[in-house]
Amino acid sequence: MENKLKIRKFKDKAFFIAVCAFSALAAVPLVAIIVKVVMKGYKQLNMDFFTETSPTTFEAMIAKASGSLIPGGVLNGLTGTLIMVGIAAVISIPFGIMCGVYLSEKPKAAFSGLIRFLSELIQGIPSIIVGMIVYSWIVLPLGSYSALAGGVSLAIMMLPLVIRSTEETLKMLPSSLKEAGLALGCSYKSVILKILLPSAAGGLFTGVLLAISRVMGETAPLMLTALGSTLVNWDVTAPTSALPLLIWEFYNDPNLVDMIWSSSLLLLVIVLLLNLAAKAIVNKRRTA
Amino acid sequence: MDAETQNNIILKFDDVSISYTPGVNAVKNVTADIRKNSITAIMGPSGCGKSTLLRAVNRMHELYPHITTTGKILINGIDILKTDPIKVRRMAGMVFQRPNPFPTMSIYQNVIAGYSLNGINLPKQEKDAIVEECLRNVGLWDEVKDSLNKKGTFLSGGQQQRLCIARALALKPDVLLMDEPTSALDPIATNRIEDLLVGLKDQLTIVIVTHNMSQAARISDYSMFMYLGDLVEFDSTQKMFTNPNDKRTEEYLNGRFG
Repeated sequence: MENKLKIRKFKDKAFFIAVCAFSALAAVPLVAIIVKVVMKGYKQLNMDFFTETSPTTFEAMIAKASGSLIPGGVLNGLTGTLIMVGIAAVISIPFGIMCGVYLSEKPKAAFSGLIRFLSELIQGIPSIIVGMIVYSWIVLPLGSYSALAGGVSLAIMMLPLVIRSTEETLKMLPSSLKEAGLALGCSYKSVILKILLPSAAGGLFTGVLLAISRVMGETAPLMLTALGSTLVNWDVTAPTSALPLLIWEFYNDPNLVDMIWSSSLLLLVIVLLLNLAAKAIVNKRRTA
Repeated sequence: MDAETQNNIILKFDDVSISYTPGVNAVKNVTADIRKNSITAIMGPSGCGKSTLLRAVNRMHELYPHITTTGKILINGIDILKTDPIKVRRMAGMVFQRPNPFPTMSIYQNVIAGYSLNGINLPKQEKDAIVEECLRNVGLWDEVKDSLNKKGTFLSGGQQQRLCIARALALKPDVLLMDEPTSALDPIATNRIEDLLVGLKDQLTIVIVTHNMSQAARISDYSMFMYLGDLVEFDSTQKMFTNPNDKRTEEYLNGRFG
């Protein structure tokens, strides 16, 4: 009896150690990625990196030959990402929130089932295919790659994320809130717009932030829609660069390899900050 | 019934049946007249249909399309099942079991919500007057007059419930429906609300669903006893608690079931 108990205790301990070990292993890639990107990327991070456009291969070659840092920066990528994510947000937020409202209001309607199914399908479509579709919808008719096309492809990728987070957030609101509004003689419209959505604002904002951080690193659809540019471009109908596109371009140019790491670091930092902000909002809502 | 009492009727249930699933009535053929400026308590064991009956009066059931209501419910002679629900809900305000102030709004905005949410823009003076009057009515004014801009959710549970009553009063309803308004509150907060209800009687008519028999005995003028969807007995509270007609009422009030 005594012995059996000992064996059981030992098994418990072994199991616990195994759980800890595997959890630690799971964190290894993340830590490795961050360490590698920071170690290799921090050197190029100076003022110029944020204020200059991307260097040409020739500029980089000369700089390397003289042993100095590669000149130039990623301003064209930063502004391009800003524009395209902006376009994506402007399109996907209103549509996504309206869809989410419908799903949470009519959870069992057949049409809701259809929307939910389609939105899951969109989420599952490989991003390169989204790029192809938008290429045929917008790039071909307009005759040019453009920030608009890039923004639309990102919007399609964002939409299911916004729909899902809106639905989940609204579902968490107590039904008594809606009843309270209706009992005061409010119209359905004002109950949704003035009571439910404001009460859910924190959760909706978190969902949007996560969706933005998720699509910000998308590269494949942008290759087929925005193409890229070496200039800072504010014209939404012209080819435009983006941070992930720059990383891809730097990768393809042996002279610019050092720039890969610093632009990756920047993208990683932005995405992590967005995620942390989203988390902070969730925590604040929980404690409030 | 003589003409005078007839005039005194503000809320009339006429053969009202309500069902959640077709063929099964949760409320069965209820007919009752509620007198103006009275407090009527609806009692009965869980699941007897008392909340269901109450919520039919301001058409809360319409949120859930599978619920059907038949018969007639009249407020001031108006058939509310044939009237625009928004109008009905202005005539019959509601206070819920759990306090539910709007979390994004301040105390002030909560009281005035019935107007602001409906797009009625009153001059500031008028709004101030309504807020003060309603908060005084519920005995909350002195407690919150310096923090009107704070969120309503910062108040204690009892204060929140009084805020919700003030919010309902602001629209000057004829009837105030209360669905177990004190069941989530401690005895002191409950006492305050009971006192408040008795004080409000001369302004409006109150119908209150309660599990608490002593509460019904303390504050109500008339009592209804419901059992399995039937209105078993409806009489003056005094008669019901001293000499009920129906054996089931007596047994329930004596705590033998429910």
